[in-house]
Amino acid sequence: MNLTLHVWRQEGPDKPGKLVEYKTAEASPDMSFLELLDVVNEDLLARGERPIEFEHDCREGICGSCGVMIDGEAHGPQKLTATCQLHLRQFKDGDSITLEPWRSKAFPVVRDLVVDRGAFDRIIEAGGYVSVSTGSAPEANLTPVPKDAADAAMDAAACIGCGACVAQCPNGAAQLFVAAKVAHLGLLPQGQPERLERVLKMVEVMEEQGFGACSNHRECEAACPKGISIDWIARLNADYRKAQLKGRRKAAAGGFAG
Amino acid sequence: MTLDAKIPAGPIADKWNSHRFKLKLVNPANKRKFDIIVVGTGLAGASAAATLAELGYKVHSFCFQDSPRRAHSIAAQGGINAAKNYRNDGDSVWRLFYDTVKGGDYRAREANVYRLAQVSVNIIDQAVAQGVPFAREYSGLLDNRSFGGAQVSRTFYARGQTGQQLLLGAYQALARQIEAGQVVMHPKTEMLDIVVVDGHARGIVVRDLKTGKITRHAADAVVLATGGYSRVFNLSTNAMGCNTTAIWRAHRRGAYFANPCYTQIHPTAIPPAGDHQSKLTLMSESLRNDGRIWVPAKKGDTRAPSQIPEAERDYYLERRYPSFGNLVPRDVASRAAKAMVDEGRGVGPTGIGVYLDFAASIARLGQASIAAKYGNLFEMYERITGESPYQTPMRIYPAPHYTMGGLWVDYNLMSTIPGLFVIGEANFSDHGANRLGASALMQGLADGYFVLPATIGDYLAPNMGQKVGTEHPAFAAVEDEVRGRLAKLLSIGGKRSPDSFHRELGKITWEYCGMGRNAQGLGNALEAIPRLREEFWSNLRVVGDGESLNQTLEKAGRVADFLDLGELMCRDALERNESCGGHFREEYQASDGEAQRNDDDYAYAAAWEFTGDGQPARLHKEPLTFENVPLTQRSYK
Repeated sequence: MNLTLHVWRQEGPDKPGKLVEYKTAEASPDMSFLELLDVVNEDLLARGERPIEFEHDCREGICGSCGVMIDGEAHGPQKLTATCQLHLRQFKDGDSITLEPWRSKAFPVVRDLVVDRGAFDRIIEAGGYVSVSTGSAPEANLTPVPKDAADAAMDAAACIGCGACVAQCPNGAAQLFVAAKVAHLGLLPQGQPERLERVLKMVEVMEEQGFGACSNHRECEAACPKGISIDWIARLNADYRKAQLKGRRKAAAGGFAG
Repeated sequence: MTLDAKIPAGPIADKWNSHRFKLKLVNPANKRKFDIIVVGTGLAGASAAATLAELGYKVHSFCFQDSPRRAHSIAAQGGINAAKNYRNDGDSVWRLFYDTVKGGDYRAREANVYRLAQVSVNIIDQAVAQGVPFAREYSGLLDNRSFGGAQVSRTFYARGQTGQQLLLGAYQALARQIEAGQVVMHPKTEMLDIVVVDGHARGIVVRDLKTGKITRHAADAVVLATGGYSRVFNLSTNAMGCNTTAIWRAHRRGAYFANPCYTQIHPTAIPPAGDHQSKLTLMSESLRNDGRIWVPAKKGDTRAPSQIPEAERDYYLERRYPSFGNLVPRDVASRAAKAMVDEGRGVGPTGIGVYLDFAASIARLGQASIAAKYGNLFEMYERITGESPYQTPMRIYPAPHYTMGGLWVDYNLMSTIPGLFVIGEANFSDHGANRLGASALMQGLADGYFVLPATIGDYLAPNMGQKVGTEHPAFAAVEDEVRGRLAKLLSIGGKRSPDSFHRELGKITWEYCGMGRNAQGLGNALEAIPRLREEFWSNLRVVGDGESLNQTLEKAGRVADFLDLGELMCRDALERNESCGGHFREEYQASDGEAQRNDDDYAYAAAWEFTGDGQPARLHKEPLTFENVPLTQRSYK
């Protein structure tokens, strides 16, 4: 296959960037998209030019490292597919493809197609866990979890933290990412004691990190390689309102104010 | 130096409990005075960092990924073993212990394995309390599945994403400690060397991968949880960034490297499609529960699988191993697949592969039931190959997957460098010469949540107040070496990329030290690898600088270490004149083609000491004794 790539090259966070054209004749339909970038990079290296930096690791769609905007779509044209799992059979001979990094204020560009997604870690650190220390856990089967709840929690927990939802959102919102973690833990009995406090803390940090507001465009759901549903955002909003009310009631009673 | 494994005395079932009581403790108020460095944030590293921080130690955690959540444990699919006996099918701590020692072909340390089986039950409790969404029955209680090498159902799972969910549990526990200020997290930071002062591990030198900045970090103890070295074969199921640099650098500074030739070839990966292949994708071994493995009965049969009638198919595992069938251990399944391909009965466009067929299970259980168990794996397979396993059998072939070898550790998980602990896949581990499925997650979390947090105090307690700071000349010396090496890699100015050297190394190691090994081939490898290394250091090309994100430079450093490790792996394989587990020496096989151990001469762990560049490593032997699981020839017939 002959493909023409227009790739965003940027030397550093504060440097200007631009699209640079690369042609390749060595593409095969069985190649993954990142293997195509490997080939382009080998070629660049052979010519003494700096290879294109892109984030990748497991190359099986689970670590969440990879992700580029391919012709304006996060992770490219194939549904439910991370960039590393996208294969060139999705493209046609002669296609021209534009590659850009995730575009979001909260994800500054490090170099070329690599962005810093540390903001996601800050959100989890704010409360995306059950506060159980090692050793204090009771026997696992002491608390039955209805199969429906466990399955739904697993649906939400499947998020790989790649950031496609933010990149695809016209507002750069992180609601889908936050909602998935809030739902995963909130659906399980183990997550109940901290359920409402967790929502408040995570949403607060989400806003501090510079993500935009959600206005129900649903672009996140369409871009998500793991099919995380925006239904979780409705649940997030419901939990958030409940948490605010509870906080107000407690404040009125002179107690906990958060 | 004589190797002292420090195995506690007493009956095997009491060893861990009595040992824990005897270990010195650090009182709660003093724990905060100790700094501990943990390198790696996979299951072992994240669980250790979180647990040590919960105990009150000051933890410094490092990972090369941009977030600790992305460590390669995330890709483990199938499950985690635990001796809960929820199925009432005869499981017990003893049986898990027995299965693991036998599955490891009697090359593991009994005491470690027993402890692993004991704490396995606590891991499940811990993970459930964290909110890990394990699969459940309609009763709401935990579901189990069976896995290779066992006749009981003891594997807990979260769809095909068990590693992901367990890692997120450990990552979230780590995140909680970061928020609490107990852990300082350094993502996108690669350890490039370890600092040893007066014989004790005192810190590390790292490179910030975004800025290229080199910094020194001092601590009272250093924990390496940096995973395995399957990428010494280049093509493997490991992530692209998986590397041996941390443990290899520690080896060069005095940590013995044990059993490097024990590598595991996973039987069920998607076969390579061509030369551009960058990595291989695993299909979980759990698929063998419901899939039947077969090849055409006659050579060169190129008909589509649907056109081959039952009578003309050879379900070779069921035929050769009637009691275990498709669930024989990984090494047995892998070699059997290779034998079929070597006989010319391989399938698919390249002839490298065997079928894994779900038609019978779909007919028996219905497509919905199969989809519920393996849906995501089937989708992944279809994305990569363009074929649907619901319609046509999967094609699979073995791929390097896990390394049982690693840095030698004693019962306390401490290496031969005092103060340097090694956990998870990075140590030479509890799996002997072969690891059973669903046991890697178990071992990583056992080490991180339960074993290391207990044993590290015994080392720290007597060392109160003996801090060594980063201003110590040893830190400056190591930093100079690190800088010198990076400068060298950048300045060679040759013609070949790090990837091209990696590919060539992989061809050598896979050909001569892969599924089948023999003295002649290993001899070839031991000539070819030093030649390749020489070319590497004179003909490498790295473009760009060291003061910014430069993945080519990162790769170059890792490939350099793989070249050294690859040579040691082949030496170890040549030295071990027997077949055991994943180490199959073609000269040593029973008449039926099974691995033939030599317990009289080789019932030991081989621990190699680094003696200098260009010098042969020195072999030390830790004898292995089997008092509880009688030595027998493994049989899965």
